[in-house]
Amino acid sequence: MFYIALTICAVIFVYPFYWMVIASIAPENEIGSLTIMPTSLTLSSYAQMVDKIPIGGAFINSLIVASSITIGVLIFGSMIGYALSKLVFKGRDLIFYIIIFTMTLPFQITLIPQYIIMVKFGWIDTYYALIVPYLINALSIIMFRQYFKSIPDSLIDAARLDGCNELQIIFRILWPNSMPAIITIGIITFMASWNEVLWPLIVIRDESLMTMPQLVTLFAVGGRAESQLGVKLASAVMLALPIVLAYLFFQKYFIQSMASTGIKE
Amino acid sequence: MITRKKILPYLLVSPYIVHFLLFVAFPVVFSIVLTFHKWNIIAPMEYTGLNNYVRLFNDKTFIKSMGNTLIFLLFHIPLQIIVALFLAEILNQKLKLRGVFRGAFFLPVIVSGVVVTILWQQLYGFDTGLFNRLLTGVGLSKVGWLTDPSIAMVSIAVMATWKNVGLYIILFLVGLQTVPAQYYEAADLEGANHWQKFFKITLPMINPTIFMVVILSTIGGFSLFIEPYIMTGGGPLNSTVSAVLYIYKQGFFYYHMGYAATLGLFFALIILAVVVIQKKFIEKDH
Repeated sequence: MFYIALTICAVIFVYPFYWMVIASIAPENEIGSLTIMPTSLTLSSYAQMVDKIPIGGAFINSLIVASSITIGVLIFGSMIGYALSKLVFKGRDLIFYIIIFTMTLPFQITLIPQYIIMVKFGWIDTYYALIVPYLINALSIIMFRQYFKSIPDSLIDAARLDGCNELQIIFRILWPNSMPAIITIGIITFMASWNEVLWPLIVIRDESLMTMPQLVTLFAVGGRAESQLGVKLASAVMLALPIVLAYLFFQKYFIQSMASTGIKE
Repeated sequence: MITRKKILPYLLVSPYIVHFLLFVAFPVVFSIVLTFHKWNIIAPMEYTGLNNYVRLFNDKTFIKSMGNTLIFLLFHIPLQIIVALFLAEILNQKLKLRGVFRGAFFLPVIVSGVVVTILWQQLYGFDTGLFNRLLTGVGLSKVGWLTDPSIAMVSIAVMATWKNVGLYIILFLVGLQTVPAQYYEAADLEGANHWQKFFKITLPMINPTIFMVVILSTIGGFSLFIEPYIMTGGGPLNSTVSAVLYIYKQGFFYYHMGYAATLGLFFALIILAVVVIQKKFIEKDH
């Protein structure tokens, strides 16, 4: 009984993705009636996509942007989380409350002014606009702070006696002992940056600097796909592929990471 | 040495302070200033007093976008909770292949909203979309999933449920595991049936999770953007204009920075108000 219900539901969740993949490798005139398998397979949709949009460049842009943000968030997040959890200084609680406050602040209020800052900085159509505003992330600071609190002070004191400075303590002592936090924050950050589309749509107009979601979106809504479904779907497959592959290998981490952010919020 | 030790924490948190001032504090203040001005970024700012606010309350598209968000939430939230709770309940049994099913339900969560939207746009297609092919297959007439103004927003709500429900299944599973097994054993002794156990034990115990789902879905509803942007462009007849899509149009299509900032401020205040009211409900409950 349970298995029947679950299997029906699983099909509802997975079949559309299956359909997307086979539609992207089916001849264009068969997509309209396609259900299980086309009569012949072709890569012509992919060839046309490569012809029409700089998908390779967008892939590299997305990779650069998402990796830079992830590395930045891990480095800054652990530095700030360390100061907030293990050091004593005036204003510490105030900073902590400000961070909590910014987490509840809806982004709708800062969207327009943030765009104006990018214009004034001359950052429109640069990597800076895509990367710099995301380098610091309130949730990651809170998660690092929480995790570091569970690491005993004696470990840090011992490192200090051995002559470690604070940066060495963070990256040589705390990091190797915080792998679950680093994996969790790394996965959420990379995935969120890879999938982000509103901000790139606002700050990037130069096609050679576009990230994957932006390029695929503009391709889908603009006239260039010329209502050819196969080409549109091929670009969607390319956008989904890296994250789905990562998900297949690290499924457990993905689910834990996403669930932990939901619970914290 | 002592001064170094005192300065060090501030050095470590200084990136946060710079980021906060530049990307949070200044924008919030500047956004309020903007609401009293007319500005297209290129020409000098022009003070217009309360004009933007007057315009807001007379703006049919703004009111429409509020109504659209409400429709979205009215369908999305109950659907989300029912489906997630139903599947979490089943997955909470000790079943084989549990991980595989959980993994399948979670797949849409990790995939970009752009992919999901492009895909569902085809499924909802009028002539060759899968849903209409199924309907005509059983002898029913076609539905204008995205072209009928009274249905389009509901179609988007169903798609959003499909995309997010995997996450909420996991949250409910975590919630279900906090219910002590003794409660069910005691209920068994008294001869309670499955439904009684669900409504008398499970539901009250996982109330906090339900409220969390409501809050997250509400924030999600007000953040809806890429779905209408790709699927409908806000149409037909503005029936799918969402809050963020309207800010985007005013700001980056017409370059009405002052008015777009006013919209942003208003939507932010509404989100905060809704979340605070919902939080009050939770506290009352416990």
